[in-house]
Amino acid sequence: MNYSQVLEIASCTDPGMVRSHNEDSIASDPVNGLVVLADGMGGYNAGEVASGMATTVITTEIQQLLAKVQPFQIDEETKAPVAGRMIREQVLKANTSIYQAAQSQPQYAGMGTTLVVCLFYDNKMTVGHLGDSRLYLLREGKFSQVTRDHSLLQEQIDSGIITAEQAKHAQHKNLVTKALGIDPTVEPEVREYATKPGDLYLLCSDGLCDMVDDEDMGMTLQALGGNLKLAAQQLVQMANDNGGKDNVSVILVRVLREYPAPSGVMGKVFAWLK
Amino acid sequence: MAKLILSMDGLVLKEIPLSKERTTIGRKAHNDIQIDNLAVSGEHAVIVTILNDSFMEDLGSTNGTLVNGNPVKKHFLQNNDVIELGKYKLKFIQEAGAQPAAAAADFEKTMVLRPSAMKAAAEQARAAGMGGAQAAQAVRQAAIQSVGNAAQAAGIGEKPAAPAAAPAAPAAAPAAKASQPLGAIQLLSGGNAGKELELSKPLTTLGKPGVQVAVLTRRPQGYFITHVEGVQRPTVNGQAIGSAPHALKDHDLVEIAGIKMEFFHKS
Repeated sequence: MNYSQVLEIASCTDPGMVRSHNEDSIASDPVNGLVVLADGMGGYNAGEVASGMATTVITTEIQQLLAKVQPFQIDEETKAPVAGRMIREQVLKANTSIYQAAQSQPQYAGMGTTLVVCLFYDNKMTVGHLGDSRLYLLREGKFSQVTRDHSLLQEQIDSGIITAEQAKHAQHKNLVTKALGIDPTVEPEVREYATKPGDLYLLCSDGLCDMVDDEDMGMTLQALGGNLKLAAQQLVQMANDNGGKDNVSVILVRVLREYPAPSGVMGKVFAWLK
Repeated sequence: MAKLILSMDGLVLKEIPLSKERTTIGRKAHNDIQIDNLAVSGEHAVIVTILNDSFMEDLGSTNGTLVNGNPVKKHFLQNNDVIELGKYKLKFIQEAGAQPAAAAADFEKTMVLRPSAMKAAAEQARAAGMGGAQAAQAVRQAAIQSVGNAAQAAGIGEKPAAPAAAPAAPAAAPAAKASQPLGAIQLLSGGNAGKELELSKPLTTLGKPGVQVAVLTRRPQGYFITHVEGVQRPTVNGQAIGSAPHALKDHDLVEIAGIKMEFFHKS
């Protein structure tokens, strides 16, 4: 199934106003309904190496798998759509590649990356994430955060040590508790959600959500929803206008119509023809 | 990073960061900074940047290069030096306080906090016998510290800056917003003629969805109008705008989806 007729995707990435180079990396594959965003960290240019490896490994590996199996097929082991397992395994594969590169080459020591990856299929979406890169959703005028950061701040909010309001002014926004490529193994958070036509998904690095209030992000998406490319550029511009202290990356995905998995005999014929 | 500001007759044309080791200036298209003017030679000059130092060298140009009014062949650029090529001026700006800025930027860098670091910090706090919020604070600080230590031990150059540096930064953004005059539009035609709309939000959309929509954005530099959708583009003072954002000036006449309106500064 070709998802480029079902999904409208726009993206924008910028080094920001302070940093000289961009350690974020983004990739999108409209045909397979796949988007990946990574925010690298580590000295010198290692951050960009880590985020670049994450997006490349995950995109190419999932593309290869999708040529063989459909994401909505039910996995015999987990009794859930294959997509979840597919994302989890490819994230682990990327983790191993980055970890090994970091171990074997001294200039890459300690590099890692946060990640958010979404795969769309059968009126559903599976999101996998690590660290503080986020997924937001604008549905029927309501803007909300879908993923929960793996960060010290989020843990403190959850345990009631600080309130969400205090968190906005906290000094340690930048400490993540999970990331790709830091340890030999990692457990990404993978969840499945049902999508609706008209949904607008926003994937972003912390360079956007640290600089722009959620309220302003939601307002921008509502106001400029008619022109996704412009909306993506506007979000980056707002982050830069507010100081742009970090690299800013944005991927927008709009669900244009229903996209149920082909079922029954016709579906099989269709899948076979494809 | 140092940068050059290109201007002519006092009008700023663009800003060029000196990100490369060699930045060439000349009339021909292959130059990093192309100045399409007959008074400028094809390959006029080059700026060599090594670490924090930049040198300007004239490449045997026909009309020569002036720095601060004096003709030069080779020159070590200082902050605020003005390079002149014909009618064009290039001002050299060395980012002042590059070091503190870099330190502050380091603080923003995302770092991983390992569970072991958290645990060790929590135990330290418990051993110290502190209660409630105090302990939490200690956990946080100790955790940050141990992450810093771990990073240093691993040979990574990153370290969190002193906490005192951080609060100053968020304050800068609202200040920029406040200093800018509030804009508004007054509708001049259509059913709501005479009505005034304050542009206090970061962006305001105007027009009819599906027909023609434009957005007015409020930025630290002022207000801008951008075309969002529709075949027809909005006009400013009778001229249709392009696809790039168009800066609005006081008393500009704007027309969107057949409705005329005037933009003005309120304060």
